[in-house]
Amino acid sequence: MDEQIAVVNVQEQLVYARPRALTEETTNYCPGCTHGLINKLIAEVIDELGIQENTISVSPVGCSVFFYRYLVLDGVVAPHGRAPAVAIGIKRMLPDRVVITYQGDGDMAAIGMSEVVWAAMRGENITAFFVNNANYGMTGGQMAPTTLAGQVTTTTPEGRDVETMGMPTRMAELIAGLPGSAYVARCSTYDARTIRDARNAIRLALRAQMAEAGFTMVEFLSACPTNWGLSPQGALQWIKDTMVAYYPLGEIKVSEAVQRLKTKR
Amino acid sequence: MAKELLKGNIAIAEAALRAGVDAYFGYPITPQTELLEHMSRRMPELGRVFLQAESEIAAINMVYGAACTGAWAMTSSSGPGISLMQEGLSYIALSDVPAVVVDIMRGGPGLGNIQPSQADYNQLTRGGGHGDYRCIVLAPATVQEAIDLTVLAFDLADKYRTVAILAGDGLIGQMMEPAQLPPMRERSRTRPPWALTGARGRPPNSIAAFGLEAETLEAMNWRLQAKLQRIRQTEVRCETWLVDDAEILVVAFGSVGRIAKTAVREARAHGIRVGLIRPITLWPFPYKPIEQAAAHARAVLVVEMNTGQMVDDVRMAVCGQAPVYFHGRPGGSVPVPEEILERIVELSKED
Amino acid sequence: MARGRIVINLEACKGCQLCTTVCPSNLIRMANSFNSRGYRPAELVDPQQRCTGCALCAIMCPDAAIEVFREVKVKSQEGSAAEEVVLVVTGPA
Repeated sequence: MDEQIAVVNVQEQLVYARPRALTEETTNYCPGCTHGLINKLIAEVIDELGIQENTISVSPVGCSVFFYRYLVLDGVVAPHGRAPAVAIGIKRMLPDRVVITYQGDGDMAAIGMSEVVWAAMRGENITAFFVNNANYGMTGGQMAPTTLAGQVTTTTPEGRDVETMGMPTRMAELIAGLPGSAYVARCSTYDARTIRDARNAIRLALRAQMAEAGFTMVEFLSACPTNWGLSPQGALQWIKDTMVAYYPLGEIKVSEAVQRLKTKR
Repeated sequence: MAKELLKGNIAIAEAALRAGVDAYFGYPITPQTELLEHMSRRMPELGRVFLQAESEIAAINMVYGAACTGAWAMTSSSGPGISLMQEGLSYIALSDVPAVVVDIMRGGPGLGNIQPSQADYNQLTRGGGHGDYRCIVLAPATVQEAIDLTVLAFDLADKYRTVAILAGDGLIGQMMEPAQLPPMRERSRTRPPWALTGARGRPPNSIAAFGLEAETLEAMNWRLQAKLQRIRQTEVRCETWLVDDAEILVVAFGSVGRIAKTAVREARAHGIRVGLIRPITLWPFPYKPIEQAAAHARAVLVVEMNTGQMVDDVRMAVCGQAPVYFHGRPGGSVPVPEEILERIVELSKED
Repeated sequence: MARGRIVINLEACKGCQLCTTVCPSNLIRMANSFNSRGYRPAELVDPQQRCTGCALCAIMCPDAAIEVFREVKVKSQEGSAAEEVVLVVTGPA
């Protein structure tokens, strides 16, 4: 074998960039708010699955409302709490499109409880992305169904009293208990590992929808530095130390159909 | 197509099918439930979308979603359900998407009862939800007219990309009459360019009844008002009968318009010069025809199955040219021709 | 050791500092200037070129304001047909 001179040249590769499905626009989210991060992860998975031209978003009232603009998709703004119903109207007309809702905790767990429960009861083939930041962000930090016991908000100035205000709502477990839900996971985005798990959950939920497995939901424990009165880093820490204790992370429900999907790359 | 003996609710449902409705989302409530039941059998038969929703709130939002894809979507209910739908209607009105809603009105307020009524007039014609908007409102007086106006509702909703409401009272929904259904209409299924179908080969479409900056929302408002003004100028419909020489003008819509016609006919037999205007579009309201008829009338009598709602519009139309009197029966009571005739005779005696 | 660098979109950055908390080599700090929205953006300070392009900062950024480049050694036989260039999958590590 004649000897060949190997020339080693060094090229610079772009290894991480803004996903195409995410708007170029700077978002309205507060500094350190992980709505932005969750938007980015969803956009990354949409790019990866190549479904940007096939996905329709429904975002209701709350900080989540801007999702229709920050994700470069066909999208509609739904009334507060009603995104699943609007999404069902879309999905039933266009069963081969990917239809997603992006809802906050006030939206889904309070006013919109009936709509999301019924979407799961009927096994509607839509995916709900549920951002749990334990308060009503857009309106300035009031108690939400997911506000923790003792947590101070602008409507629980002395801390949430579970005797009068009830216990915080574990939506993932509630939806997982309904017959029509096929995949329910709870994630967070406070470090590289949880971000990776979140991205995997988003991917599996969307793949499950495309495989018509039934209703899928991913709950995200999300930071709200402004209303929690914490620094962005402090807010992530609070999720890790306090929220996760009450809202355990992981795949709460994986139907057989979705289990098969998981094993098949 | 021969005439058949048809129940109003079923005739309306079948008319919607033949007009080309793509999706129906409804919820049980008397006196309209037969419409929902008919759709539950026929829509799947025709391979179209049917869903009984968990509430009227969900139903109107499903209509909104389907309409956003460019489909012809519909729901039906009665007063209490329509009250729950008002927020959804407000969103749809600003979104420039077509939708058809049927309201078979019942006694109110509150739970009220299941007897016929016309007490939803204000919530239907004044834009019952928040913000400046109106919906087209069509009021049939017979089962045949309910059929014809259902088809018209879809055509107007599509033409103006707005909400068209068919407002019948419990009588229209529940009674059976011989009527003729239109043939099944084939409608092109191509989606309009604004529809949400997935941004394939085009920039994304978004439908948002939302404008963060005042300038944006103000502009959206004026654009909506311009559309409503076009509708006011072109889509007014009413039936006028014997008004040219009428000294007394009766104004009544829907079933009461029909009952009043009997009274007018009998009064004419007594030599009283009385005429009738029956608004068919409750919005856009027929101000002009009433104003013209009132010019040579000594008195105007408005008859409604409520405590007086359309009477305000009639007063605006008459604009002081003649005194406007009201005869109302709320709570599900239905006036009989004799009591209207009595009022006409009374008015004819006053010089 | 792989070598890399990052580019921070100064206008998109909102100064939340999360990237500074995850850089394994503490190479990111907040600039002492402001962007047009009044935020002090993050900046890379890497005189000894210790950035490996691990992308942890970019992954953590809620505003997708960080692009990451990594140097990749590419072998090519001189004089022969250009070999298949080693492509690194763009997107998250």
